[in-house]
Amino acid sequence: MTVYDIYLVSPQIAMAALGILVILLDLVVARKSWVQGFAFVGLAAPTILALLLLFDLNGSGLSNVVPENSVLFQSLAVDRFSLFFNFLVLAATALVILASTDYVRRMDRNQGEYFGLILLSATGMLLLPAATELITIYISLELTTLPLAALGAFLLTAKSTEAGMKFLIIGAISSAIMLYGMALVFGFSGSTTLTGIAASFSGPAQQQVPFGSYAMLVGVVLMVVGFGFKLSSVPFQMWVPDVYEGGPTPVVAFLSVASKAAAFGLVLRFFYSGFTAVELDWGILLAVLAAASMTIGNLAAMVQTNIKRLFGYSTIAHAGYILIGVAAVAMGAEISGFSTLGPSSVLFYLAAYTAANLTAFFAITLISNRVDSDQIADYAGMVRRSPFMAVSLAFALIALIGVPPTSIFIAKIYVFTAAVNSGLAWLAILGVVNSVVSAYYYVRVIRVMFLNDPASDQTIEPAAPEKIPASLVARFALLVAAAATLGLGIAPGMVLKAAESAVAVLAGVYVR
Amino acid sequence: MLTATVFLPAAGGLVILLLLRGDRNIRWFAALIGVADLALAAMAFLSFDRTDGGARFQLLDRFDWISSQTINASYFLGVDGLSAPLVLLTGLLGLCAVLASWHITTRVKEYFVWLLLLQTAVMGVFTSLDLLLFFLFWELELLPMYMLISTWGTGRKEYSAMKFLIFTIFGSAAMLVAIVAIFISTDVGTFDMTRLLEPGSMLSSANVALPLGLLFWLFFVAFAIKLPTWPLHSWLPDAHTDAPTAASVMLAGVMLKMGGYGLLRINVGMFPEQTHMFAWILMALGVISVLYGGVVTLRQTDLKRLIAYSSVSHMGLVLVGIGSVGIVAGEVTTTGLNGAAMQLFTHGTITGLLFLGVGLIYERTHTRYIPDLGGLANRMPLVTVAFLIAGFASLGLPGLSGFVSEILVFFGAFAAFPWLTALAVLGIILAAGYILWMIQLTMFGPRREQFDTLTDASFIEAVPLVLMIIAIIGVGVYPSFLTDVFKSGLEPMVAVINDTINSQLAVGR
Repeated sequence: MTVYDIYLVSPQIAMAALGILVILLDLVVARKSWVQGFAFVGLAAPTILALLLLFDLNGSGLSNVVPENSVLFQSLAVDRFSLFFNFLVLAATALVILASTDYVRRMDRNQGEYFGLILLSATGMLLLPAATELITIYISLELTTLPLAALGAFLLTAKSTEAGMKFLIIGAISSAIMLYGMALVFGFSGSTTLTGIAASFSGPAQQQVPFGSYAMLVGVVLMVVGFGFKLSSVPFQMWVPDVYEGGPTPVVAFLSVASKAAAFGLVLRFFYSGFTAVELDWGILLAVLAAASMTIGNLAAMVQTNIKRLFGYSTIAHAGYILIGVAAVAMGAEISGFSTLGPSSVLFYLAAYTAANLTAFFAITLISNRVDSDQIADYAGMVRRSPFMAVSLAFALIALIGVPPTSIFIAKIYVFTAAVNSGLAWLAILGVVNSVVSAYYYVRVIRVMFLNDPASDQTIEPAAPEKIPASLVARFALLVAAAATLGLGIAPGMVLKAAESAVAVLAGVYVR
Repeated sequence: MLTATVFLPAAGGLVILLLLRGDRNIRWFAALIGVADLALAAMAFLSFDRTDGGARFQLLDRFDWISSQTINASYFLGVDGLSAPLVLLTGLLGLCAVLASWHITTRVKEYFVWLLLLQTAVMGVFTSLDLLLFFLFWELELLPMYMLISTWGTGRKEYSAMKFLIFTIFGSAAMLVAIVAIFISTDVGTFDMTRLLEPGSMLSSANVALPLGLLFWLFFVAFAIKLPTWPLHSWLPDAHTDAPTAASVMLAGVMLKMGGYGLLRINVGMFPEQTHMFAWILMALGVISVLYGGVVTLRQTDLKRLIAYSSVSHMGLVLVGIGSVGIVAGEVTTTGLNGAAMQLFTHGTITGLLFLGVGLIYERTHTRYIPDLGGLANRMPLVTVAFLIAGFASLGLPGLSGFVSEILVFFGAFAAFPWLTALAVLGIILAAGYILWMIQLTMFGPRREQFDTLTDASFIEAVPLVLMIIAIIGVGVYPSFLTDVFKSGLEPMVAVINDTINSQLAVGR
């Protein structure tokens, strides 16, 4: 370990330091809005450090800053792949902090802890896509999950406490199962690093058994349980609707995009650099998970009356769409060599989903602040109470269906293209059918907002419905997210290129 | 120039949304945009070089949209002989739709924004030469239409709007699968429609991810829903009946044409072999639509529903025209396809005019129930004349536009399927029945006292009526104004089809 190693992980260190500083600052300053401002401005430090690393990469023309996997004893990789996810997480964190403005104003205390925990969780998310070693993976996962469990229970209401508790307990169980899987994988490959595991497949393997041996099979499947929990994919999705319903809305937004993105980064690197020799085996496993997630998520979402629960199921469905891209490893026999289409479609989808889902959740945050209800029925006539928020939310919903010209349209085309290209045409068709099904419940929300009249009670005159106030900062965050959703749909070129060059690293590790 | 034609309405909508206040200003501004867009569309149509020396695709606007290793799409607009008249039609009906919305008083701003956005979407569909862009515009049309029907409609408007949405999204999904499969299949990966239409780089079964026949049917489902063809037509009567007048005009006038245009451009243009092979199925579906639509129309008592079902019948003729490709011996000529394309244009103007008339009647009498109406000719001579002209054109009276397209369709199809064509001709008799019956019951007959206070169309309302009447009579008297253009667009397609058929025959020998 050298000083240079510390430079390589400096974005993560800066993020953790920022989280601790924010908590300390909360103890000494009286004006709580400063805490938020400091948290936001402080994000500049990890961002600048990550940019410096990116410039190093561009300058050297290499795919890695240092020879492969040698950062901190082969536990982390610093390459375009991890940096892509770092920027995604940083952007999401910054927007969530801004969008929390109105929300935290209602809390008279603990604002420092709120922002501090978000930043600490973000540290874990910065580590996850970079982790190349089992122990590091485990520690990063826990660092991501534990602050989120605390944040889920932050409101101290019954529902919120239940959300936090559920997240914590199910998270702990899945961690335990995953640890057992890690032990098996380590035991039979003799290595905790992904390169070491990949090397273990090079020897004479029993081709008739999936993953070369039954122990390895059990180990990987158990690890998938742990990953599935973070990805919120079926059948590990039980916690999602409850946590989404009970948790503070900005935290749920953060959970649904940043945590998911980081977990997908981990899964991609784990499978694509550790288990490429047996890609057919896990490819089909993930394909089945994808199919189940999409279908169950969409069907369950249809009957929801609470908007946050609806988004809970919607996020399960989207985890399914994204898993299509992960499963789309070149399975078709006629395609030779490594296809970057699948992984890069995942990266782009995550960026697109982050933008669209944040737009939706920011609008919901602002609306729920005033309406104090998450029932879809209470969104009636929202277009007249707050045209800006209603239009933003409607736009996000249209994007989530995958209708052009929005980010997720391009992302879905990309993912389905990857699937067909890998001989998974059935999965692509199932995905398209699911998109059609999803239109039903998304459009239902739009219909309520635009067509129904606001429920009139004594205080509200139907003619002049009450407006929804919101701070400029939160509106700004909403506008940025919506602009990103539109921008990625109209001019996706830059992010597409970034995603493609990011996954080239995986291709480098991939040896057939 | 096409870019301006496509995006002017949307830009106008944005200005209305952000800057304008006051219902009056919004209306006049929307009308101004409509006139300007019609002028642009007319300029595009007139500057289209219809001589033999002209390029197939003209007025191209192109730049890279998404260029990466894996997805290459460009922003690529252009018109050929097939799409140029449809652009003109969209401009014409767009203006008429705005003028027909003069009486809208609730949420005026939103209304015109959606209407103008709809026009941009339809224009975009007709001019896109890139499959991804085509799909983008195709989907863009959904939401405005949904909002127009569900907010400003009548009756079971939300049910109808949702039905429309679900049918169309289902079709879009099928089309999306096909587009993705095409994109993967071609070795270079292209969404460029002009390349897919060239004989040299056309899809061949050697390099396609899904079977070509399957792709053909995936596209067909999407377009058949839109057209609509029996048995996928059931959304149309509901949507039409409950939509506001302007939405009906746009729906019948141009949105159904998107289906017919797609069939001609993509199914016939890109899958010549499959079109030839399956022509008898298209023909049969077309004949069923014509007859079924005609018979059901006879039983309607609601004016709008009646016209909606007559649309099913008349759009069936488009399929009959395409069926002419299924010729057994000899060369395919452009006649049948030309008839199908003409039918798109003429039906757009005729049905548009009928819906405008119904809108005026409904607005004044507050009923569309035919037995409640009668003797309106006394009070509304102008509307009656419009109804008569549209009705006669619809049943194919020589000298009016409907005659031209129908005769071309029948000439073309007769060469391929004489018996089926003979059956389809029966549709004309049915049309004569329901059209004359409808006009007689609503417009003529004894004068009714409760209608004595009705007024005829106002100036603003008369403008679209007159525009449409001019279009109908003009095309009827001088059809080659359009048929020449359509022909120049269809000839390359027919040449490809003949080549394919001949090469098949050669293999067969």
